[in-house]
Amino acid sequence: MDMKKLLIGNQAVAEGLHDGGLGVVSSYPGTPSTEITEFLSKFDDIHSEWAPNEKVACEVAFGSSLAGARSACAMKHVGLNVAADPLFTLSYTGVNGGMVICVADDPAMHSSQNEQDSRHYAMAAKVPMLEPADSMEAYTFAKNAFELSEKFDTPVLLRMCTRIAHSQSIVETSEKQPAVLKDYEKNPAKYIMAPANAIKRHPFVEERTLKLQEFAENCEYNTVEMNSDEIGIITSGCSYQYVKEVMGDSASVLKIGMSYPLPVKLIKDFASKVKTLYVIEELDPFIENHVKALGIECIGKENFSILGEFSQATIAKAFGKELPESVSADSAIPNRPPMMCAGCPHRGLFYTLAKNKITALGDIGCYTLGSAPPLNALDSTLCMGASISGLHGFNLARGKDAEKKSVAVIGDSTFMHSGMTGLVNVAYNATNSTVIIVDNSITGMTGHQQNPTTGYNIKGDPASKVDLEALCKALGINRVKVVDPYDLKACNEVVKEELAVEEPSVIISRRPCVLLKSVKAQPPLKVDEDKCKSCKRCMTLGCPAISMKDGKAKVDATLCVGCGVCKQLCAFDAIV
Amino acid sequence: MKTVSVMIVGVGGQGSLLASKLLGRLLVDEGYDVKVSEVHGMSQRGGSVVTYVRFGDKVYSPIITEGEADIIISFEKLEAGRYAKYLKKDGKIVVNTQQIDPMPVIIGAAEYPENILGELTEKGVSVDALDALSLAEQSGSSKAVNIVLMGKASKYFDIPYEKWITAIENTVAPKFVEMNKKAFELGYNS
Repeated sequence: MDMKKLLIGNQAVAEGLHDGGLGVVSSYPGTPSTEITEFLSKFDDIHSEWAPNEKVACEVAFGSSLAGARSACAMKHVGLNVAADPLFTLSYTGVNGGMVICVADDPAMHSSQNEQDSRHYAMAAKVPMLEPADSMEAYTFAKNAFELSEKFDTPVLLRMCTRIAHSQSIVETSEKQPAVLKDYEKNPAKYIMAPANAIKRHPFVEERTLKLQEFAENCEYNTVEMNSDEIGIITSGCSYQYVKEVMGDSASVLKIGMSYPLPVKLIKDFASKVKTLYVIEELDPFIENHVKALGIECIGKENFSILGEFSQATIAKAFGKELPESVSADSAIPNRPPMMCAGCPHRGLFYTLAKNKITALGDIGCYTLGSAPPLNALDSTLCMGASISGLHGFNLARGKDAEKKSVAVIGDSTFMHSGMTGLVNVAYNATNSTVIIVDNSITGMTGHQQNPTTGYNIKGDPASKVDLEALCKALGINRVKVVDPYDLKACNEVVKEELAVEEPSVIISRRPCVLLKSVKAQPPLKVDEDKCKSCKRCMTLGCPAISMKDGKAKVDATLCVGCGVCKQLCAFDAIV
Repeated sequence: MKTVSVMIVGVGGQGSLLASKLLGRLLVDEGYDVKVSEVHGMSQRGGSVVTYVRFGDKVYSPIITEGEADIIISFEKLEAGRYAKYLKKDGKIVVNTQQIDPMPVIIGAAEYPENILGELTEKGVSVDALDALSLAEQSGSSKAVNIVLMGKASKYFDIPYEKWITAIENTVAPKFVEMNKKAFELGYNS
């Protein structure tokens, strides 16, 4: 079975979990974790699924573990916030079949709303965490995590970060372990975490942590390379690669592959053999604080930032090495920010909100791009689901006037994830809030994953489909309107009408994502230059297919999908 | 062997992912240690995208920093200007002369620099420019810009022509093989 493959870290995790005998995986997509589950869905010998959110996914993995299967779930760092509730008590119950929770951090926030460090969760929930530094380790750590989980009776966190998750490196896979379904036996003392039982499980958790710490002293995950008695570096994950790139064999390195619990003797021993000790880790001083708590002096965050990602240049600078020369152009290079695609169904809706100067509390998805110029249509983005609950709070604080001028904007997948509870609250605690569900029939930003509103499951097979209109009504909203966001007039009318009414309402702005294969593009539009009066009204849409060339509007035929929204704006019928 | 660093830069949706897949596969087959790194997510929505490809006896860092790239393959002019500072002193830029206006230019908040490639040449940068879009159209699809550029860039790699062709056959879907081979050839001979 040995074969050299060039795999992204996430695919390596998927193959590792599969070859480790995985039975069930349940996840919610989130960059940079999504591909783990996408690659797992290609294996027919395991059950894979997209859950509505990370909490559900984690609990599904718990149930499968309880039943005796090896299970997993995968999420981005902020997804673990959502799954934190089951995580903390899973630490008490432990597992039956091995269980792995994959969590992908995003230093430098390539595609995230914050830069949180998931290692704190391992410590807070008292569960072990493994941290691979390339795809080969991602494969091995994922595969071996099940044994660790079963041996110590604990879920195992597998921490990825963007540069490990999305970098390809060479992997040699090894023999697949068969997926075994262990016996299930009822065990209330272990699995019913009511106070009387949980009180007895807590000492088990503390003892387990001590045992894991003992394991960390000698395990395969933490390795020492003694090269120098001058400089010693404790590092982990991608930082290890940067350190090796710059320092080569000129420094001794203690590479931490098990981020929690951290070893004590191993660190003391390593520190005693070097003159100057450095701790080089991205994000928070997690290892550094541990080292300092052991009474060991080290150089850490004073030289290596708490912010963003590192690179070989970070290390080179810190050790006073010369950086390579470079040249750059003198002209200012304009930014090229991501934007809503030509023909994006969200555009018509955001244009309507911007035109009417409406306060819009936004959410997490492609539609966050509605905040960009020239539309500037959003007022806030906090976390998954926060648009609806946030709007309710906004309206409570500012009263009736605000209710007439403010909306929440949330996508179909995000509404399923954690928007529904907010909507229940709007109905139950009665604000006249107007909630807009931008339903593009897919989970867009993470690269087109199915969700409970699309009618298809992770494998693309037909599945139960949530009826959003019926759901909103069942949650207590009597007014539910559906509008096509390509129809600007209808959009304007429905938004004005629903803002005016004295009761909560939902507008479903419905049209499938233009990038879906099932969506057929219309012929591109053209500008009749004789009719174009250069008023630039079409430019207010922020469509990447429209620009001004030699004083006239011009439609880029390679980008235009003929959605016709700009045509409706043109007062001179110049767009045909 | 010292690690060689290649950057593939362009605009989301231009097909740089396939180019890096092709190159990565080829380099693994040649027996190198290889790392390929890209960022997914927001960058797909028409943003600036960058892929790092590094190969050699042993590659540690998956990313490339300023002044390190041996070759930059740029799918668009402005992006060549944006990432030129990553180039080594004696490095090469292979660039598609296509212009794709970014949103700040479209809405008039910024200007597209008029002579960006000329500026780089004046500074002593070795710029190897070609109209990859026209060549791609000539091969049968405007989407083959990526393969045209790889054809052009292939002369900077110590890999025989036939191996590139085999890699194309192994990487792209069967019905697009002929078109892509043609695109590669047009780039190679340009």
